[in-house]
Amino acid sequence: MGDKDYKFVEHEKPWRYQEDGYTVTRGSAWTGPGCHLGCGVLLYTDEDGKLVKVEGDPENPYNGGRLCVRCLDLPEVTNHPDRLLYPMKRAREDRGKDKWERISWDEAVDLVAGKLIEIRDKYGAESVVFGQGTGRDIASWITRLAWSYGSPNYTCFALSGLACYLPRVAGMAATCGGYTIADCSQQFPDRYDNPNWRRPELMVVWGNYPLRANSDGFYGHWMIDLLRQGMKFIMIDPRVTWLGLKAEEHLQLRPGTDAALALGMMNVIINEDLYDHEFVEKWTYGFEELCERVQEYPPSKVAEITWVPEEQIIRAARLIATSKPAAMQWGLAVDMVCEALPAGQAIVGLFQITGNIDIPGGNIFPVELIAYSGGWGGELISEEQKAKRIGLDTYPLLKLGFQVAQADELIKTMETDEPYKIHGVWLQTNNAIACMGADPQRVLKALLRTDFNVVVDLFMTPTAMACADVVLPACTYPEKDGLRLGDGLQRGEVINKVTTVGEAKSDAEINLTIGKRLNPEAWPWDTIEDMLSYMIESTGMTFPEMREKAPVYLPFEYKRYEKGLLRADGQPGFNTATGRIELWSTFYDACGLDPMPYFEEPSPGPGATPELMEEYPFVLTTGARRWSSFHSEHRQVKRLRRMDPWPYIEVHPETAEKLGVTDGEWVWVENPLGRAKRTIKITPIVDPRVVSCDHGWWLPERDPENLYDVFDVNINNLVPMKCGKSGFGANYKTSICKIYKVKEGE
Amino acid sequence: MTRYGLLIDTEWCSGCHTCEIACQMEHKLPVGQTGILVNEIGPWEICDGKWQLSYLPALTSQCNGCAERVGKGKLPTCVQHCQARCLEHGPVEELAKKMDGPNKVLFTI
Repeated sequence: MGDKDYKFVEHEKPWRYQEDGYTVTRGSAWTGPGCHLGCGVLLYTDEDGKLVKVEGDPENPYNGGRLCVRCLDLPEVTNHPDRLLYPMKRAREDRGKDKWERISWDEAVDLVAGKLIEIRDKYGAESVVFGQGTGRDIASWITRLAWSYGSPNYTCFALSGLACYLPRVAGMAATCGGYTIADCSQQFPDRYDNPNWRRPELMVVWGNYPLRANSDGFYGHWMIDLLRQGMKFIMIDPRVTWLGLKAEEHLQLRPGTDAALALGMMNVIINEDLYDHEFVEKWTYGFEELCERVQEYPPSKVAEITWVPEEQIIRAARLIATSKPAAMQWGLAVDMVCEALPAGQAIVGLFQITGNIDIPGGNIFPVELIAYSGGWGGELISEEQKAKRIGLDTYPLLKLGFQVAQADELIKTMETDEPYKIHGVWLQTNNAIACMGADPQRVLKALLRTDFNVVVDLFMTPTAMACADVVLPACTYPEKDGLRLGDGLQRGEVINKVTTVGEAKSDAEINLTIGKRLNPEAWPWDTIEDMLSYMIESTGMTFPEMREKAPVYLPFEYKRYEKGLLRADGQPGFNTATGRIELWSTFYDACGLDPMPYFEEPSPGPGATPELMEEYPFVLTTGARRWSSFHSEHRQVKRLRRMDPWPYIEVHPETAEKLGVTDGEWVWVENPLGRAKRTIKITPIVDPRVVSCDHGWWLPERDPENLYDVFDVNINNLVPMKCGKSGFGANYKTSICKIYKVKEGE
Repeated sequence: MTRYGLLIDTEWCSGCHTCEIACQMEHKLPVGQTGILVNEIGPWEICDGKWQLSYLPALTSQCNGCAERVGKGKLPTCVQHCQARCLEHGPVEELAKKMDGPNKVLFTI
């Protein structure tokens, strides 16, 4: 055991035990299929080693025995007849055709490693892109693979503006030296009973429906635990929701105007002298400049921009300022506008000037075993290769710590061969043309220009079918050993292998196997267990030892900024150039960006392009989450698909009447960029001026050679590949559209 | 013989469908059949910002109260997994004493 003050949970039983003829294995539920959380689960396998049931682990303080539909239905994912069971290859000229040939792992590894080494020798390692999607436990394995190979071009492939999580992380790293998350007692094994924790008086939920989906390691139904304990909350959401109706204030804003709303609330808090004077004076930088800036956003003007009534903006601002502690839980609506950085800066600023950072019940700096957003193995790539990362020249912010290639620039590079040609693409948990890729038909054209594409996934996807030369089968979490080292506050959580399906391998094992061929010194481990033990070496525990103890709670302290625990030099303060939370960012200033938050009208939109509103009368927002799926996953699982059988567009009854459409009817949703098919859902929860779509659609039951109809139903046909000034943020969540009926035969 | 029941605090049911899928997997029910079904009531705006939108999980004739699990000292699977913790299982007489707030529903099994 290490010398750190770890805390544990009492276990009644060992990590694996027998129960009524079943073997029960305790562990963490981390991916695939994708999820950002990592609940404690009990996996039931029968005498043949088949996964038959998943239950929540009542001993795990994280979820306390609870579970959502996706893990409960996991046996029907893991054992699904459509799973990729073995590696397959296809001739390059047959891309898009269902002409796969089964191959052995030995042949697959020879083929993939051989081809990648050949490309590196001929053109340089930078000419291979390593792209990931979200949710699966990929970040460590794929960054190490890319960097040990020598490529600086690791990215969230085709995610315009890297518009998911990274803008918030990058923005907070830049302005306050680290990311903060809402304090829900998740750092303590005794949770709500811990004497050092305080329940937030107020939670502000911003651009997120936490009950359905979250990052930040935030288990959504903690909201309900906290509300039952008496916590108040404010909901910032363009739609009326069940949760939002329980809020003190639901601010039903126009999609994409979050920055204006936050600046308007700051205006109230500052002008009414409701901010935390002591914290602001001692720990922030640039407050006077911020005071000037917020004068440009009086509540009356903000009300016009956001459609939120002026009085409500004032009430909500006062409630934030007079509630302490106040915590904030946000979602990717913040990232999914072009000017995401200033939006995030404005929102988090509300909690900074009210002194709610790093205090019990406020927003805390999560403790981590492995820096999730930093990747694993940054030392493996040479400075010379690092300098070739796509996007560095255009977006200087990328130079300062965020080791990703800029996705919009990368697509341009793949199209133009400037500054060099991309010869290969490795996509892992990345169904780019069905999910995160903006302008997916453009993305596919770019992918088809390469010499060699590898896709690693659980199922055949439209992306793999369209562009892969080799597919490698990845396994679901009951098929592998692993660690839950994701976003939010980390605990020592172990994933345990209980079953085997076909020849699928874990992402970690696939990358270890290929990595050994590309750069043996970077992958010195003989087994996955050795590699996992190495990763948690700092705990003094090996993987098998942690398996017995998990979940392991890391030491945690509040107000680390006062104790010199946030900076490498041990000085008090925050990990920024000034040692303070920078309301006026020296970092943004050095990158040629506005150092303070601002609002810019999303374009196209009623504010930026009023002339287009006659033809495209509705504000379109996309990406509303469902209970039954994670992004583009789960569509082939009948029990879950039944809950949400078709892509939809929510329209207000007045809108439906004007359009003459009925519930369930198929329509085209179209804007100047493209169109997608949807079924009508008539509901008063959206403003009559706004329509709302879910995302990530493809139809696995349809023709593989028509790419499972992905280009009919993918709402990103309407989302341009166009990012914000910093290179972060893109307008996935806000556009405009018209709606008309699908004709017979279309 | 003690009759058992399920007390549902519909104030907090978030409509997450966990109870349905937990039930279906526990009892190996075919897709489309369930021992508990979440019903959405609403949404409609009653007046000026006041809305009706709630969820009511209802037991079907395929609910056997998870007799086997309960016999082993476990909670019925819908109760254990309920994310909002709005389901409570127990003898009807005891549950009836907890019918003290608004919007509570007691199903006998």
